[in-house]
Amino acid sequence: MKDIRLMKGNEAIAEGVIRAGCDGYFGYPITPQSEVLEYLMANNPEERTGMVVLQAESEIASIHMVYGGAAAGKRVMTSSSSPGISLMQEGISFMAGTELPCLLLNVVRGGPGLGTIQPSQSDYFQAVKGGGHGDYKMIVLAPASVQEMYDFAKLGFELAFKHRIQVMVLSDGAIGQMMEKVELDDQLPRLTDAEIVKKYPWATTGKTPDRPRNIITSLDLNPVKQEIINQNLQKKFRHIEQTEVRFERFMCDDAEYLFVAYGSSARVCQKAVLLGRAKGLKVGLLRPITLFPFPVDELARLAKQVKGMQAIEMSAGQMVEDVRLSVNGVVPVEHYGRLGGIIPAPDEVLHVLEQNFIHSKKEKQYEPATY
Amino acid sequence: MSQLLTREEICVPENEVYHRTCLLTDAALSYCPGCGHGTAHRLIMEVIEEMNLQADTIGVAPVGCSVLAYDFMDIDMQQAAHGRAPAVATGIKRLYPDKFVFTYQGDGDLAAIGTGETLHACNRGENITIFFVNNGIYGMTGGQMAPTTLPGMKTATSPFGRDVTTMGYPLKITELLAMLPGTYYVTRQSVHTPANVRKAKKAIEKAVQYQKLKKGLCFVEIVSNCNSGWKMTPLESNKWMEENMFPVYPLGDIKVPKP
Repeated sequence: MKDIRLMKGNEAIAEGVIRAGCDGYFGYPITPQSEVLEYLMANNPEERTGMVVLQAESEIASIHMVYGGAAAGKRVMTSSSSPGISLMQEGISFMAGTELPCLLLNVVRGGPGLGTIQPSQSDYFQAVKGGGHGDYKMIVLAPASVQEMYDFAKLGFELAFKHRIQVMVLSDGAIGQMMEKVELDDQLPRLTDAEIVKKYPWATTGKTPDRPRNIITSLDLNPVKQEIINQNLQKKFRHIEQTEVRFERFMCDDAEYLFVAYGSSARVCQKAVLLGRAKGLKVGLLRPITLFPFPVDELARLAKQVKGMQAIEMSAGQMVEDVRLSVNGVVPVEHYGRLGGIIPAPDEVLHVLEQNFIHSKKEKQYEPATY
Repeated sequence: MSQLLTREEICVPENEVYHRTCLLTDAALSYCPGCGHGTAHRLIMEVIEEMNLQADTIGVAPVGCSVLAYDFMDIDMQQAAHGRAPAVATGIKRLYPDKFVFTYQGDGDLAAIGTGETLHACNRGENITIFFVNNGIYGMTGGQMAPTTLPGMKTATSPFGRDVTTMGYPLKITELLAMLPGTYYVTRQSVHTPANVRKAKKAIEKAVQYQKLKKGLCFVEIVSNCNSGWKMTPLESNKWMEENMFPVYPLGDIKVPKP
């Protein structure tokens, strides 16, 4: 019989990592994601699988604990929300430089600064363009449901170890806090120390006589070598762009107008598409699931089919830049965003699309509801 | 007529008074001649060799003069971001509780930017060993003021001497850490004379042994010279260290396990 439960998004990913055979979680409380650490502490993964859970003194310490565990070949993760993720950028950059696999969760809240605890998508640039110093990318997965919060735990670890890269699940306060039904998988076993030595020969597990010592460092002062290190990193990112793009098409086959949205905004747009279809409008939705790599080719294909694209984001316009780069001027691309923790309504975004592409431009622009 | 002994005749086991530990690599040390880092490296590697711990050791290198420690130590090592070594070591040790995990850090790394990570790793009583080389200055970046710089001491960023009214006091972080219930063994040593080297090695042996016995966090400070940063000859710097550093940072055990 299927194991189906009603869970919060934050709880679902916590259960997901236990079942995916995660070895260690290091985190620090911050709203709206504290349930991840709380769930892990309450559900005794130490007893269930031997997974270690530790509350660190800061987000900075958390990410460097993740660094230590990852460099020793373990499946490790941390989670936080926007201000905490900003603090982790140093460690993320070091993990990029040392090509360490890990799972990171950002349950995004509105910024800048302390901002708000309400949901937002204003950390897209930070996640997708490399938020720390240096030339690097992470794989960024954008869940749009509680089920995907759960599923991306396992997928995230798989991708992280497949490419030796950091995988960020870029969620938001709405997906993290809302409750939906989740179908759970069977428990995957954690790797034994002997299996780690065999599978990850690069890991610092203790130098044995049969191999040279393993060193995990991002430092090389020789510019010729450092350039090669960087070129190899870029090769890996290009390979990921070719092989790991994920997206979902919703009523795109005959669409004349296209919403482009991820995460919570995509849920809103899905409803807007249904409202539009009920009115006889040929509207569709392209939902990027991986934000890096971005579905560039799919959007370029759709640009030849549709008359216009409407990006919807809970930000001032971040993902829309990647949509425009993908479309490259073939069709108009408009942005509409709500800020500060406000989630747009389905009729609101449909109205925006109609105003931008279907009705005459002379008509009165839609005025968003005030609260 | 006396006959000169050949190399083969001299190099026999019964004549050996010292051998270089096999856990130091052949790479030339990047440290300035006269600096204490080389001796500190050697002592730690000797102890690991003598306790047969190479396959069980994971070391963490800091940012600072000893950033390249992994070039000289023939063990698995990770290089940590500035100040974060105790957090990195925590991550390793929690997932590999039976390995020997240590950090090797300088005073800027451990007592300034990494104060939080150091204090909380000690407070949690992480079963790791921290080796702390204190020379009162940022050596790698060219001799700037450190949290441990003495009052009145001239550095690149305190060119008229450290004025404690605006620049703060030397941070006696080792005494501070010894107050935490999480630390098990806290000691301050030096490596500038043969007698001190022998004492320091004994302290390192204890710190390694206690971790094996899962006793909790052991902290070994080594007060060292920085002849380049202090702009002295090695001999002058050792004399200056005895006269000026040791009164502020007195040598000896600060916290010993209760019998």
